Amino acid sequence: MINELTFMNGYEAYVLSAFGFTLFSFLILYVITKVQFIKEQNKFVSKFGSLNSEKVKYAQSQRINKEILANAANN
Amino acid sequence: MFKFFSLNKIFKITSKAPKYVLLLFIIVLSVGLTEALILSPEDYKQSDAVRIMYVHVPSAWISLGIFSSLTLLSISGFIFKNKNFFLMSKSLAPSGFVFNIIALVTGAIWGKPTWGTWWAWDSRITSMLILALFYAMYLISWRIYDNQEKVFKITTFITILGIINVPIIKYSVDWWSTLHQPASINILSKSSIHSSMLFPLIIMTAAFALFSLLIFLMKYNTELIKIKNKGLDRL
Repeated sequence: MINELTFMNGYEAYVLSAFGFTLFSFLILYVITKVQFIKEQNKFVSKFGSLNSEKVKYAQSQRINKEILANAANN
Repeated sequence: MFKFFSLNKIFKITSKAPKYVLLLFIIVLSVGLTEALILSPEDYKQSDAVRIMYVHVPSAWISLGIFSSLTLLSISGFIFKNKNFFLMSKSLAPSGFVFNIIALVTGAIWGKPTWGTWWAWDSRITSMLILALFYAMYLISWRIYDNQEKVFKITTFITILGIINVPIIKYSVDWWSTLHQPASINILSKSSIHSSMLFPLIIMTAAFALFSLLIFLMKYNTELIKIKNKGLDRL
């Protein structure tokens, strides 16, 4: 199996670089998207934490805000 | 009609879905890579270089599919006056652009051993490059314009202009003499590709579609939280 992967009739450099580039692009896109997501989530949590009790009450009345906080706690 | 599209309900689903989609993607990709790199046969003409097809073709298909979806969502956003369609469109674009780049780069890598050149101003390659430019313009527009109404109009205009290029990409191999061969896979008629190669191609396409779904969900959640962050500022 290792031989099949490493000696592809002389085409291994082309095949493995095409697959490598694809997987590397996936990894980069995933990491960038994940970092952006965590950044926004952390921003939300810190902003929520700085609200006064009246504003917290109002913000918590919106279900999506509760969902974001619960989700942030799980991550 | 659009009660289904309420942000609360959508976020509830999209916030939980990524971990399951990621798991499924890893499983399908592992099967796809085993099929594509080890189990599938070599081509009688291209030998093992044909294996590049398993990343090149699905990437091209998905980038075309995503651009068509961007257009449909942007136009729907205008017709139904629903911002959520624009948000979905914006969240789909990054993976479409990356798949477009992968198709171009892996195409160049495949071109060297089969055609003897990394690049040619062939009609299919050139039209794919034009698609990448439309993707870039679309993504840049979201970054440079702050006015929401203006960005909705500009991005919709870009997608409408860009969608003209999609049938050109599809039929370029039939309309002009190009280095690319005509389509081997036809939905309406019999495909000329053997099942031993078609199976890994379908598996890899499924894996790539799952990856674009994963990125879409993560990006969409980020956009929703961004909106909620602005909402907290206004409290």
